[in-house]
This record gives sequence, structure tokens and C-alpha cells, in this order.
Amino acid sequence: MNPEMILFFIFGAVSLIGAIAVISFRHPIYSALSLIVTFFAQAGLFVILGAHFVAAVQVIVYAGAIMVLFLFVIMLLNLGTLSAKGALTGKLKGVAIILGILLAAQGIYIAVNALNNTEVGSEAAQEKAAALTNNPIETYDIGELLFSKYLLPFEVTSLILLAALIGVIVLVKRENQTEN
Amino acid sequence: MESLPLHVFIISSIVKILIVAHLLIIGVMAMIWSERRVSGWMQDRLGPNRVGPQGLLQPIADGIKFLFKEDLIPNHVDKPLYVLAPAMLLVPAMIIVAVVPFGSSMTIAGYEIPLQIADLNIGILYILAITSLGVYGVVIGAWASNNKYSLLGGLRSSAQMISYELTLGLAIIGVLMLSESLKLREIAEGQGANPWEWNFLIHFPAFLAFTTAVFAETNRLPFDLAEAEQELVAGYHTEYSSMKFAIFFMAEYMSMIVGSAVVVTLFLGGWHFFGLENIGGEGSVLAGLISFAIFFVKTGIFLFVFIWVRWTLPRFRYDQLMNFGWKFLLPVALSSIVVTGTLYIITKGNRLWIGVGNVVAAFIVVAIVAGMLAMDNNSKSAAQNTPAAAPLRGLDAVE
Repeated sequence: MNPEMILFFIFGAVSLIGAIAVISFRHPIYSALSLIVTFFAQAGLFVILGAHFVAAVQVIVYAGAIMVLFLFVIMLLNLGTLSAKGALTGKLKGVAIILGILLAAQGIYIAVNALNNTEVGSEAAQEKAAALTNNPIETYDIGELLFSKYLLPFEVTSLILLAALIGVIVLVKRENQTEN
Repeated sequence: MESLPLHVFIISSIVKILIVAHLLIIGVMAMIWSERRVSGWMQDRLGPNRVGPQGLLQPIADGIKFLFKEDLIPNHVDKPLYVLAPAMLLVPAMIIVAVVPFGSSMTIAGYEIPLQIADLNIGILYILAITSLGVYGVVIGAWASNNKYSLLGGLRSSAQMISYELTLGLAIIGVLMLSESLKLREIAEGQGANPWEWNFLIHFPAFLAFTTAVFAETNRLPFDLAEAEQELVAGYHTEYSSMKFAIFFMAEYMSMIVGSAVVVTLFLGGWHFFGLENIGGEGSVLAGLISFAIFFVKTGIFLFVFIWVRWTLPRFRYDQLMNFGWKFLLPVALSSIVVTGTLYIITKGNRLWIGVGNVVAAFIVVAIVAGMLAMDNNSKSAAQNTPAAAPLRGLDAVE
């Protein structure tokens, strides 16, 4: 067992435990913190794959920005502990079950497909993994791809973000004017 | 630099981690002493001078006192998170230092060992990522205390940290453009031996913006609204006592030390000083020690600036803080990106032109923003006939 495998199992286990904790805790703050743990473990998995940049972005964007806002909202609204009932009732329960089954089917399909097409532990797979670990994808490469091959998607994404930004400003302004 | 054999790498890494971790803790003690002594000096009083020579053992006395105090956990707190919060603040402050190069390199037993724990490909992104985690300790501590003053302090602090993080990240981009690397070692090496070749002159506005943002991230005066005594008792650590309270303070001092070290690496030439760092030949033990000493002294001088500013500037009001961060620092940092990028292409990387262009652009940006704010204030006061104090919006409305 090489070090990468051991690390993979550690991060994978932490990530799974965190994900289960998100849905098992009754208190939203604990759930949010568990989600952060999961994000961290996933960043670790990215590092094993040699994608250092993605790992850093994962922590900066998800753990550092989005989850802080989540915590903010939870604290400001002072959401109490969820009761055992009430969280999922009636129609919502049906929708949740259908979506859950769909997601599980997807996951199983991907896993089976991957297992059929690549032999886990085969020499080819190990060589590929070793190559990735030894030559991590440089930030330089990502930047170059973004500004050449993926220029159009990149620009479209920035336009969408800009539109969202302007939308937020317009919405907030209107609210303030009606208040005054 | 060729990679070291595994056993050398492991041994040297362990030694470096031990040295740096202990230096950080000793540095915290030194900061406690020097903050109190320098504060005393600035206020024309003595400061603590009874325990040991010149009061040097005062931090140890303080530490013993904290350890022996009753470790109180109030009944109304959320216990697991209340205990976890100080650690969540201390750990990010401590692990940032792993990527900071604190000297050139040493050749020991034929192996050239870099004076840095880990030279990550994404060094600077790692720093930004870990910095953004510091806010959790404050927010969780504040919330778990179940006390409204704590919560208000925590909310203020997190809003402030999120706002200034943007400046922190954007101010670095200009530096990255010229050094063409995210590795901290290459950024430090890219700056020449002499002070006029260092980044703080080439990116002067970005340097000021970054330094200000570091002050805000460490919750130091003039940005310590999170613990404004007159308004919030002591902010997010009101309910903490004994060693847990001390850990909050250790974290603050550690992030000050680490912040200074990062500023020195990015803007103040790292371990370079007039070529002194090469005495005894590049890569020798002597050169390594001297470069480490230079880095140490530079960080120390910057830490003195932290204390100096504390007793020079009064605390901001909350709306001033937000206005300053969003309307002045952020545009200045953005202008530095645009100007550095444009001039880098036009002048083919001429450092002098980029330096001048950055300062001119920053002046123009500040003038435009100040003009717009003045016009805004005039129209407001004309319409409402009230003083131009900006109404508190957003978060404050909730507070």
C-alpha cells in the first residue's frame, strides 16, 4: 500500500463521515461545520490527484466564503434545533425519495462503469496515478487553457457572474428606496 | 534545486517544523512583553518591569497565571463548540507559516536544505485559503458563547474579515504578475538584494492596501471593532476565561507574526539585504544563518509597526470601516492590477515605469472616489438638511 492509497482512504473516510454528519445533526450550525470538514477532505483528495490549484480554490471558495455566509444566515435567523418530525413531511418526502433514488442510481452507474473500464490496481492505472502525483497540474497550465481553449466558456461565465452582481445591487437598492 | 533523498527530507522537515513552531510560541511571548513595554514607552510610563530583568519574564508569569486560573465553562454555552473555537482560531494562524521561506538555504552534510518547511506550487493561494478560515474561530466562539454582545462582536469581525480578504487577495496580483510564480520562495528570490529593487516600491499602493488588510485580518487597532470595549464588553471572547481566553490572544499575536512574515516575503525582499545574505558563499551554513537573521529582524521591525499603529490611530466607526475597505482599498488594489498588467506589456516589464504608474493610478482612483463621496454627501445633506453621517445599513440594521 503506497502513501497515496493510505491518504486516499483517510480523506475519503473523513469526507464520508462529514457528509453523513451533515444530515444527521439536528442543529444547523453543526451541520454547516460538518460540511466544512467534508470540503476539506475533498481538497485533500484533489491534492492527491495533483490538482493543487483546485484544492486551494475549493478551500477558498467553499470553506472560506460560501460556508461563512451560510453560518452568518443561520446565526442571524437564529434557527433552532430541528425536531425529529416536521423536517420532511408529505409531498416533500416523496420528492426527496425520488431524487435520492435518482442520485443513487447515477452514483452506482458511474462506479460500475469505472470498475468495468479500468482495472483498479493495474499497472497502467498505478502509473497514471504516479505520474499525476509527481507532476502536479501547474496553475500556469490552467491559466493558459482558460485563456485559449476555454476562452468562450470563461468569458460567458464571467458575464453571468457580472449579471448576478448587477442584479444583487439593483435588488438591494430598490429595497432601500422603498424603506426610505 | 534537486529534491532531497526521502530520509533527509523527513529529518530536515521535522527539525524545521520544531524550530519554527517553537519560534512562533517564543515570538508570541516576546510580543506580549514588547507590546506592553512599547505601549508604556509611548504613553510615557514604564510598563511591566518587575518580573525578571526589564520585565522579560512577565509573559511566563502571565502564562502561569492563566494556567492556574479556574477553567470556567458557563452553563448557557454550547459546550462542544465553545471548547473548539479557540483552537479553530489558533490552528490557521499557526499553519500558515509552513509555506513562508524564512531564509535562503543551508548545505549540511552535502545536502542543500532550503529554509522553508514546504515550498508549495500554490504557496500564496495556500496562505489566502488558510487566512479565510480564521474567521470560523471568531464566529463559532461568538455564537457558542450564547451572549448577545459576543454575537455582535463575532458578526462585526466576520463581516470585516470577509470585506478585507478581497483587498488582501487582489493586492497580491500585481506582485504575482512580475514574479511570474505562486511559489513564495521564487517571489522572495525575484526581488533583488537592494531595497530599491523590492516589491514595496514597485507596488507601493498595493503594499499599503495589503498591509492595511493584514491589520484588519488580525483584528488589531484601528480595526478592533469586534472587541470594542465601550460597546461590546470584550466582543467574541467575553465569555472566555483562563487558558481559553489566553489562546484567543495567542492566536492574535501569532497571526500578527505570520502576517508580518508574509508581508516581508512578498513586499520587503524576504531575506535579502544589500547582499549581506551571501556572506560565506551562497548555500553555506553561515549565509543561511545570516539570511535567517535578516528575515527575523525585518519581521521584528514590522511587528513594531503593528504596536506603533495601535497607539497612533483611534478605532474606526463601523461605517467608516466598511467605506474605507470597499470604496478606497478595493479600487486601489484593482487599479494596481490594471496598471501593472498594462505597463508590463507596454514597457516590457520596466520596474520603474510600473512603480510610477501604480502610484499615479492610486492617486487618481482615490481622488475620484473622494470626489464622488463628497458629492454624494453634499446632495444628501442638501436634501435632508442633516449632517453627512452615513446611515448604518445592512448588517447594522440587523444589529
